[in-house]
Amino acid sequence: MKKDRNLSGGTSLNRGREPISNTNLLMAITVCTFFGMYGIAMAVWKGGFLNPQQFLDLFNNNAFLLIIACGLNMVMISGGIDISGGGITALVTMVCVVYLEDHGGTVLGSILIALGIGLAFGLVQGILVAYLDIQPFIVTLAGMFFARGMITIVSIAPRTASQEAFLKLKQTRITLPGIGYYGKTGNFIPAQIEPGVIVAIAIVIIVAIILKWTRFGRNLYAIGGNSQSALTLGINVRKTKFFAYLLAGLFSGISGYVYLLHTGAGDAANAAQAEMQAIASNIIGGTLLTGGVGNVIGTLFGMLSLKTITNIVIASGLTKPYYQSITTGLMLCFFILLQSVILAVRERRSAKSLIPEWMKFKRHEKCES
Amino acid sequence: MNKLWKKLTGSQLVIPLFSLLLIIIFNLFRDIEFFSISIVTNNQGYPVLSGNLISILNGASAIAILSIGMTLITSCCKGQDISVAAMAAIAGSVFVRVLRSSGAITIPVVLVAYLYSCLVAVLFSLFNGILVAVFRIQPMIATLILFSAGRSIAYWINGGATPTISDPILASIGGFIPGIPIPTPIIIMIIFLVLISLVLRFTTLGLYTQVVGINEGTAHLNGINPVLVKLLAFIISGVCVATAGCITVCRIGLINHETLLLDAEMDVILAVAIGGTSLGGGKFNLFGSIIGAHIIQALTVTLYAMKVPSAAVKAYKAVIIIIIVVISSPFVKETVINIFRKAARKRIKNEIPVKAAS
Repeated sequence: MKKDRNLSGGTSLNRGREPISNTNLLMAITVCTFFGMYGIAMAVWKGGFLNPQQFLDLFNNNAFLLIIACGLNMVMISGGIDISGGGITALVTMVCVVYLEDHGGTVLGSILIALGIGLAFGLVQGILVAYLDIQPFIVTLAGMFFARGMITIVSIAPRTASQEAFLKLKQTRITLPGIGYYGKTGNFIPAQIEPGVIVAIAIVIIVAIILKWTRFGRNLYAIGGNSQSALTLGINVRKTKFFAYLLAGLFSGISGYVYLLHTGAGDAANAAQAEMQAIASNIIGGTLLTGGVGNVIGTLFGMLSLKTITNIVIASGLTKPYYQSITTGLMLCFFILLQSVILAVRERRSAKSLIPEWMKFKRHEKCES
Repeated sequence: MNKLWKKLTGSQLVIPLFSLLLIIIFNLFRDIEFFSISIVTNNQGYPVLSGNLISILNGASAIAILSIGMTLITSCCKGQDISVAAMAAIAGSVFVRVLRSSGAITIPVVLVAYLYSCLVAVLFSLFNGILVAVFRIQPMIATLILFSAGRSIAYWINGGATPTISDPILASIGGFIPGIPIPTPIIIMIIFLVLISLVLRFTTLGLYTQVVGINEGTAHLNGINPVLVKLLAFIISGVCVATAGCITVCRIGLINHETLLLDAEMDVILAVAIGGTSLGGGKFNLFGSIIGAHIIQALTVTLYAMKVPSAAVKAYKAVIIIIIVVISSPFVKETVINIFRKAARKRIKNEIPVKAAS
C-alpha cells in the first residue's frame, strides 16, 4: 500500500507518519465541495434537490459523460490527452441507429459495432501516440474531426431508432427499492435509474481497481509522473500508453451506446462539447493534465459537481444558457487556482512560494530547471 | 548534394512546404482550372480578383493571424491557447457593440471600435497569461475556462442578439477597398505578418521566447524574466485575436457569438503543428505557421471544389492531417534518414563515416 501511495504522487519520505498524497487531497476537496454544494442546495432551494429522482437523474443524463471521463482519466494520468471521446460517442449513436433501422440489425450486433468502433479508434490513436510519438492532442483532435465528419457521411439527417428489441432495452428502468418521492397526487413513485448508469458505475469501479491494484495502473502513474525514470525502471512506456488510449477509445464506444440508450437517436450534434466537459470533470476531480496525479473517484465527483452547479444555476432562476457556461467557467477557474496553490504550497512547504517571482524584490538565488 | 540534403531535412519548413506542394500537385492533376484567376466586377462596380487561389488566401487570413499569436504562446508556454476563437467572438461583439452605439460609422469610429476590441481581447488574454505564467497552470487547462465561458460572455455583450452591421467602410475591410483588386483581409494579414516579423527580427523577443520555451531555468539564470516573456506572448496573441475577430465580423457583416470562427482554435493549433513548431514548446517558425494555415485552407477549398459536403469536410481533413503528422513524426523521419544514410555509406565507403544524428 505504501509503495502505491508513493507512486501516486505522494511527496512523503517519512514512512511513519505519512501525509495524505496529492491525489487523495485533491480528491477529498472535490468530494467535500460536492457534498457541501448539494447540502446547501437542499437547504436553500429545497424542491427538486430534496427529490432523490433528481439526484439520480444526474447519473441518468450524464452516464455517457462519466464513461468518457473514466477513459480520459487513465489517459490524463499517463500524461496525455484524449479529446476524441465526444466525437466517437456521436459516431457510435449514428452508426448503431442506421444499422438497426436500415440493415435489420440486432441489439447484440449493434453493441458489438459500438465496441468495435471504439476499439478501432483507440487502436489507431494508441499506435500513433505511443509508437509514432505524435502529440496526443493532434492525434485525438484528428480523431474527433474524423468521427464528427463521418457522422454526416453515414447519414446527413438525424435518425431515430424504432426497432422493437432496442426500444425494449431503451425503456428498461431499474427501480431502486425504498427510495422514491411522492407525486402531486400523493402516491409514492419509486426512483428509477437507466441501465446505462449501471454500466457507468461498473466502469468507474473497474477503472478504480485497475488504477489501484494492477501493475498497469501503477505503470500509468509512473509514466505520468516521469516517463524517463519510468523507462529506466524497466516499465514498457509505449505499451502502457498504447493500452491507455485503447481503453479510452473502447470506453468512448461504450459511452456512445449508453448515449443511444438514453436518447434513442443518432444525430451529428450528439454529445457536443462532451470532451471538454470530460476534461473539466477530471480537472475538478483532481487529475492533473501534467500526469501522475489523479483518481477516478474524484472524476465521478467532479462530474457530479459540474452538473450540480448547472442545476443550482437553473434553480436560482438564471435559466438563460449563457449563465450556465459562465458558472462552469468560474467553477473551473476556482478549482484550477485552488489546485495550483495547494500543489505549490506542498511542493515548497511554505506560503512564500505563492508570491510570484516578479513580485519579490530580492535577488533570486534558486531556480527551477 | 549531401550538404544541401542535410540543410533541407534540418529545416523546419520542409514538411509544410512539402505538404503544400503535394496539395498543389494533386490539384494540378485533378483539375487545372482550379488555379485560374479571373477579374470580375463586384457589386460595387470595381474590378476584383477572383478564383480559388484568392479564396484560399482570403479564407486563411483569419487563421493565419491567429496562428501568429498561437505560435508565440506555443513556443514559450509549451502549450496551446484553446480559447482564441471564443475570445475572437468576444472581441467581435465588442467591435459591433461600439459601432452600433456610435451612430454614423466613420473611419475614426471604426478605429476606436477596433482599439476597444483590442483592449478587451488583450485583457482576456492577459487573464489566461496570468494563470499560465504566474500560477504555472498548464495552458490548455487555463484556457479551458475561457473556452467554455467565452462565447457566453460574447452573448451577453450584445444582449443575446445577433445584430447585423452594414456599411461601405466595413465592407471594404472585410471585402475589397475600391480600386484595389486584392481582398483587404490578405493585405491586413501581410501587414500584420511584416510587423510581427520586424519586431521579432529587431528585438530580442523572438530569441527570449524560444529560450523560455526550451529551458525556463536557464532563461531565468541568464537574466530573462520568463513571466514577462510569457505575458508578452499573450498580449500579442490578444491583439491577433482582436484583429481576426474584427476582420471576420466585417466579412460576414454580422456578429454571431455561436458561429464566429467556430472550431478555429483547432485549425490554428493544427496550423502551428503542421508549420513545424513543436507543440511541446521551444523553437518556433512563424512562416511555417502561416504556411500551415494556408495548407488547411487549401485543403478545405480543394475539398469544396470536389463537391464534398461541408459537414463531411472534417473527416477528410482529419485523414490528411494524420498523414501529414505521420510523415513528419520523428519515427518516420529517422527511418527515412537511416535509409538514406545507409545508401550514402554504401557509396562512399572509404570516407569519414557520417556522424550520428543528435
